[in-house]
Amino acid sequence: MTTVGSRYQQLVRPDRVHGSIYTDPAIFAEEMERIFYSTWVFVGHESEVPEPNDYVVKSIGPQSVIMTRAKDGSIHLLQNRCAHRGNLVCEAPKGNTLAFRCQYHGWTYANNGDLLGFPYKQGYEGVLDKASIKLGRVARVESYQGFVFGSFAADGPSLKDHLGAATECFDRLVRISPAGEVALTAGWLKHRVKANWKMLLENETDGYHPQFVHSSIFSVATSGIGNLYSENSTALCRDLGNGHTENDLRPEFRRIAEPMGWFGTTAEKVPNYVAAMRDSYGKAAEEIMIDGSPHVMIFPNLFIAEIQLFQIQPLAVDQTVQHVTCMQFKDAADLNRRVLQQTIGSVGPAGFLLADDSEMYERNQRGVAARTPEWVLIARGLKREHVDPEGFTVSNNTDETTLRAIWRHYMTLMDR
Amino acid sequence: MSIDLPEAEAFLYREARLADTHDYDSWEELWTDDAIYWVPAGGDSATDPANNVSVLFDNRSRIGTRVRQLKSGKRHSQNPKSSVCRLISNVELLGDHEGDTVIGATALVVESRDDRTTMWAGRYEYRLRRVDSDVRMSYKKVTLVDREHPLNTLSILL
Repeated sequence: MTTVGSRYQQLVRPDRVHGSIYTDPAIFAEEMERIFYSTWVFVGHESEVPEPNDYVVKSIGPQSVIMTRAKDGSIHLLQNRCAHRGNLVCEAPKGNTLAFRCQYHGWTYANNGDLLGFPYKQGYEGVLDKASIKLGRVARVESYQGFVFGSFAADGPSLKDHLGAATECFDRLVRISPAGEVALTAGWLKHRVKANWKMLLENETDGYHPQFVHSSIFSVATSGIGNLYSENSTALCRDLGNGHTENDLRPEFRRIAEPMGWFGTTAEKVPNYVAAMRDSYGKAAEEIMIDGSPHVMIFPNLFIAEIQLFQIQPLAVDQTVQHVTCMQFKDAADLNRRVLQQTIGSVGPAGFLLADDSEMYERNQRGVAARTPEWVLIARGLKREHVDPEGFTVSNNTDETTLRAIWRHYMTLMDR
Repeated sequence: MSIDLPEAEAFLYREARLADTHDYDSWEELWTDDAIYWVPAGGDSATDPANNVSVLFDNRSRIGTRVRQLKSGKRHSQNPKSSVCRLISNVELLGDHEGDTVIGATALVVESRDDRTTMWAGRYEYRLRRVDSDVRMSYKKVTLVDREHPLNTLSILL
């Protein structure tokens, strides 16, 4: 390895990445500071706290955060740490409460983080300015199409600027609902893997692996997925900017031109849904039902895979939890039943697909621990990717354009 | 004719041995045609599977798919296979469900794979039915003690 350039420039090259970037605990610690605690990170969805005073415990990387909906409807991300001695103020995974009370000394906070009071207040007279004491908060909270993101940084680009071109993917996702809304109300599968979080991030958007990793299920069950990720597929991978990447499957779905083909079914199987879509969207309904839902990886931790949603939670350099749920599209009961069953079959710890993806992350983590040949290659398609009419770099769906897009953005955050 | 405790225990031990030894075909034959094999996740999953994700919720057709995937030789998460051994205990007759005998039990399944040993502990609920002269299971629900927490990959038969 040469020593030209900064430390990160030595590790991340246009066509290769050094194996140590997945195994070095010092790099992991810097990633938490510069990525997870400095930029926009997906936390949850507004539908997880539908009523005033609802709360649910979520995370930003290894940090636990409480997502609350205050009395006035506003969403807050609070840290589970009493400002007094650092004990926990919330023990339940979710609930409805006006106030969080620390059980250690009885300090009580409103669900927007403000201190309401503490017992035996005479002892603090002249000692504490009560108005200045609050629960720790994630500095900025913003939503797009109901998806809640948090940033520990008080200043910086808005969520909309961060999402950039990827906002259109959220718009496409909610259009799958006749009411234009999705909810995350079906609970979560939590899948622990012994691998660096970036192994998951890369795999979500790697169109090269499905034919090999998932050949077992393709060989025993009918699935159109394999063909979408073959060398001859007309699907594309796309660099959306800011580290966001997409596997755009629409060219294949448009070629097949079968409404609901994207979901592996036909219009006849979900008649109520199809009728509701035609009622809501008129002529545009056919196009929506052919194009389907997006397959997009929002840097650094949100993966939308058509009907499923994954939140990547890094815990340590070689420990990651993947939280998975399925989309529930508003006013689409017959579709949602199938979405739920397909999700249970495919993903999570026992999924026909994800159990094998996880096996690959874990093998990869062990593989990169070997001393040579040091590098991981991300060069596939470097000479055939091209810029499309909208200005995005696109390539064959099996190319590593998406991985290069992720690493380029990674460098803007880490190499500064 | 209902199924008594010794007969139920014998069935559970046999099922445990077939799952431990990856005898997939023999294991699949234990199921009835209307079978449900269910491992709930956390939250409301164990009480409302129609509206919540489960770790696993296989009808008979999907049990078949699961077995065929395991037998394909390319189920990477079981290639190589885990070494598995389980204890099944606290077996009780709990009553009747539409003619099937309801059995409760607890189990501890120890799985060794690569450099990791996973303990899957849970409460098991079976519904057993006599089909011709054989005992078969129409329902098996595995409520894991760890179900609220992140789980390792579950590619063995629980």
